[in-house]
Order: sequence, then C-alpha cells, then structure tokens
Amino acid sequence: MSDMLTLRGVHTHIGRYHILHGVDFTVPEGQTTMLLGRNGAGKTTTLRTIMGLSPPSAGEIDFAGASIGGWATPDIAMRGVGYVPETMAVFSDLTVKENLVLAARSGPFDPTRLEWIFGFFPPLKKFWLSRAGSLSGGQKQMLSIARAIVEPRRLLLIDEPTKGLAPAIVMALIECLAEIKRSGATILLVEQNFRVAEAIGDTVAVMDNGAIVHRGAMAALSGDGALQERLLGLSLEAHQ
Amino acid sequence: MMLLSGDPPRGRVLSALLIVIVLALALTPFLFPGAKAMNVAAKICIFAALVASYDLLLGYTGTVSFAHTMFYGIGSYALAIALYGMGPTWSAVAVGLVVGLPVAAMLALGIGLFSLRVQAIFFAMITLAVASAFLVLASQLSWLTGGEDGRSFRLPELLRPGTVLLSKDTLGFEINGRTLTYYIVFAASGAMILALLRIVNSPFGRVLQAIRENPFRAEALGYRTVFHLTYANCISALVAACAGVLNALWLRYAGPDTSLSFSIMIDILLMVVIGGMGTIYGAILGATIFILAQNYLQALMGAASRAAGEIGLPLLPGLLHPDRWLLWLGLLFIASVYFFPTGIVGRLRAPAK
Repeated sequence: MSDMLTLRGVHTHIGRYHILHGVDFTVPEGQTTMLLGRNGAGKTTTLRTIMGLSPPSAGEIDFAGASIGGWATPDIAMRGVGYVPETMAVFSDLTVKENLVLAARSGPFDPTRLEWIFGFFPPLKKFWLSRAGSLSGGQKQMLSIARAIVEPRRLLLIDEPTKGLAPAIVMALIECLAEIKRSGATILLVEQNFRVAEAIGDTVAVMDNGAIVHRGAMAALSGDGALQERLLGLSLEAHQ
Repeated sequence: MMLLSGDPPRGRVLSALLIVIVLALALTPFLFPGAKAMNVAAKICIFAALVASYDLLLGYTGTVSFAHTMFYGIGSYALAIALYGMGPTWSAVAVGLVVGLPVAAMLALGIGLFSLRVQAIFFAMITLAVASAFLVLASQLSWLTGGEDGRSFRLPELLRPGTVLLSKDTLGFEINGRTLTYYIVFAASGAMILALLRIVNSPFGRVLQAIRENPFRAEALGYRTVFHLTYANCISALVAACAGVLNALWLRYAGPDTSLSFSIMIDILLMVVIGGMGTIYGAILGATIFILAQNYLQALMGAASRAAGEIGLPLLPGLLHPDRWLLWLGLLFIASVYFFPTGIVGRLRAPAK
C-alpha cells in the first residue's frame, strides 16, 4: 500500500516560536492514522502545516505525488485535502445548506452522497435551512465533518472531533468516522480520547515537544499499557 | 421574488417602509414638484446605490475602505470632464462612462491586489492614503478638474430643464428634461441596488460572507480570499463610480466637496450603520433617513421651537433652536446606534427560515 502523505523533517515557526522540530511520519492510503500526544505537543500545528495555514519553515511534505510544502492553502484544498479544524468551524451566518454548498467545489451535490451524510447526521437534514450558528455544539461538529466529506477527498485532516461533546454524540461520531473509513477514505485524525483512537485507528504517530516520538500500528500501542504510559502518560486501565 | 433574488425584506414593517420610500421616490416629480424635494429625492436615490455598494464591502466582507468617495469622484469627474471638454453631446456622456468606469475598476483592482493580502487595518490605511492623494490631485490639476472650483457643464439638450417633453396641457403636469434626468437617476440607482442584491445572494456572495466570518476556513475549502475580496472591491468601485456619474448628471457639476470629500465618506459610513450592515436594504433606509434629516431637521426644529415658544414652555424653544440642528442630528445617530445596534433593517428583519 502506498503512502498518501509523507512528512520529512518538517519544521514550523509561528512568529518567533519554533513549534515543530523535524516531524517525520507517513499516512498510508486508505487507512486511518491517529496523531496522538499531550496538549501542546504540536498536533494541531502539524495539521495546519500540512494544510498550508502555518507554512513549514523547513522540510518536505509530499501528498499524492506532489510536494505541497509551501503551497497556498486553497491549492492544497483543491488538490483533495479536506480539513476539519477543532473549533466546530462552521460559517454561523450561513444556513446548513449554504455551508455544504460552499464545500462542494466541483458542482452541485451528489444526492446519493448527501443521503449518505444524512444517514450519519440526521439533524443536518432536519435543520437544512437553519442558520448554522443556531445549531448545538454537536450539530456544528457534524456539519463541520459533513462539509469535509460532502465530496470525496483524497485525504481528510480531522482535529479532535470529539472535543467537548456529550458521550452519546461521541459514539455517533465514532460510528460516522468508522463508516467514512470503510468507504476507503484516507484519514489523519488528531484525537485526545484514546478509546476513540483505538476504535478507529489503523496506524499511529505519537508527538511530544514538536517531534514524532513513536510510530507503529494502533493495535500494538493499544495492547501495550507500559508504552502508553511512557508516551502518553496514561494506561488504558487508568483511563477507563 | 425573482427581482429581489429570493431575498425579500422579511418583515411587514420593513416591507411597508421600503414600499413607501420607493413609491415616494418614484412619484416625487408629481407629488413634490419643488426643486428642493427633487434634489433631496435624487440624492436619496444616488446615495442608496452608493451606500449599498459600500455595504458589499463593509457588510458582506468586513473590509473597511476609505477610498469609496474616490471611486464616486472618479465617476463624477469623468462625466464632468468629458461633457466640459467635448460639449453637451451624448457621445461625451458615453466617453465619460467608457473612461470613468474602467479607471475606477482598474484602480480598485490595483489597490485590492496590492493591499488585500495584508491585514484589514493596513487595507484601510492604504485606501485612506490613496483617497487623500486623489483628493489633492483633483484640487491641484486645475487645468483638468477645475481645481477647488470643480467643473460645471451643460447636459445634452434632451436632459435640460428647458426641454419640454410633455406640456402641462397634455397630462396636467409638465415633463421636462429635468424630470427625465430624475428618472434616469431613479432607474439606474434601482437597477444597481437590484444587481447588488443579486450579487450578495449568489454563490459569490456566500463566499464573501464566509470570508467575512473566517478567511482561513474559507481558504481551507479552496477559496482564494484575496481574489474574492478584490472582485468585491472592483464591483463596489464600479457601482460607486456609476453613482458618481449620476451625481454629476443631476448636479451638472463635479467638485471636491460634492464627490471626493471625507465628510461624504463619513456620511456613507453612518448610513450603512444606521440602515444595517450586510443587508443591502439597509442602504435604502439609511440613505433616506440620513438625507431627510440633513435637509429637513433644521426646518422641523424651527417649527417645533416656535410652537414651544408660543405655548410658553421653558428651555425647549432654546434647545430646539434651528441653529442647534447638528447637535440633534448627532444625538439622533447616537440613539439609533444605541437602540438599533444591528441597524434598522437588522432590528426589523425576521431571521431567515
């Protein structure tokens, strides 16, 4: 299986702060790669760097055969990268429909795909013509993810989709992400919730202090409490 | 609905207000045939279009520009210089349009590409600098612009007040060149407002709203925010230049005070805020209220002061003295911003379903 995304020695500065210190990892095509790490490890900056929102100061980013390091964000998006930021990033003044229309860059909606999305997120159908700003936190997160998948993307970057959500909604999101994964999508998912990571991840990269400190199969990390303790400061038992 | 691009006023009071304003403007030459009423009505039409074009920038993209009067002035001066230089012919009007509108659009394109990449505050500062430079240029290039005195010119025969198109004997009222000019102003302003309404309700308008809310999110969806903002700046400048052409056409004059001054820029800002940003309809209400207050508040206060004096009320005659009209105008604006922070349209308009 080929790699959809490869980061080699990526450094990122934000202002005078050096955030990423030579990040190296790969995202295999058709798999879900979990990016884990403590708060402030550099996970969100890594996604923003891939997306061109915080351009890299050194290193290489290869995506689907092209070197996209230093590309403008719109060019990266048009190349097939969907991005779901961690802040329930909807356009509040626009309706649910308008939010999705904006994201459908290649033309009108595919009705089958829209029904597929409504299958995961029924509230979006119910509030189709409501302002996105009037949705609940969970519904906004659903809309944010729906916007990223309204058209097939070659790679989805999703930043902490379960953050701040009620447990019932988290379960629905896990189901949704698992279904997106089964559809063959390639996903790079930042997640603090280890149970979510375990349920969805195929491979994992763990970050600390702006660098990758571990790479491997998710199942291996999941079955090794001592490794979790060392890398993430937790054991599954303690977490449960 | 088609005419309003599927974006009706939404609200009975608002709809009624807009209908009354549009009907009053449409019938002004017959209902209020005096010169002052016609001037006020024409100014409302022109400013409604001008303010709507500024609303496209400020209300729909969140971009603050101080160069709007510059584009307005370019339109005014283009027509004035052409008619002054070539004489009162239709070909001169055409030259004024063909030169003035592209100049405004190209200048807006240049400013946009040069400065919309940077933070909004820098864009505001750059537009302020360019507009100041343009004002100085217009005053200094006397051989072309007439300097501080501006340029007076004659209109083509058909648009002159002396040209009687329908005599009083035919319909009971006279339709002359001045009436025709008024309806050109009315129709062109209406067409520009409807065109802007179409633009803000198009997919392009939605992208502008998305950029206003979060430019990074819009970029992450693949939209080049600089280009979209620049297109909006060009459209806005074009409409402002057209409004400038109408202003010159109505006044038969173009000068720094009537088209380029910063007091006009402040008036535009106030009209947008009073009417309601990001609504287009707010431009019609804002322009109407502001211009009516500017023209009739003094007379209204004079009458109120006299009435208060006659019935012997203390203090009030002095407070309402016509010389204090600017104080009351200022208080009126403060009150409108305080009580209608989202503008009059924002308050009266029902949320979208």
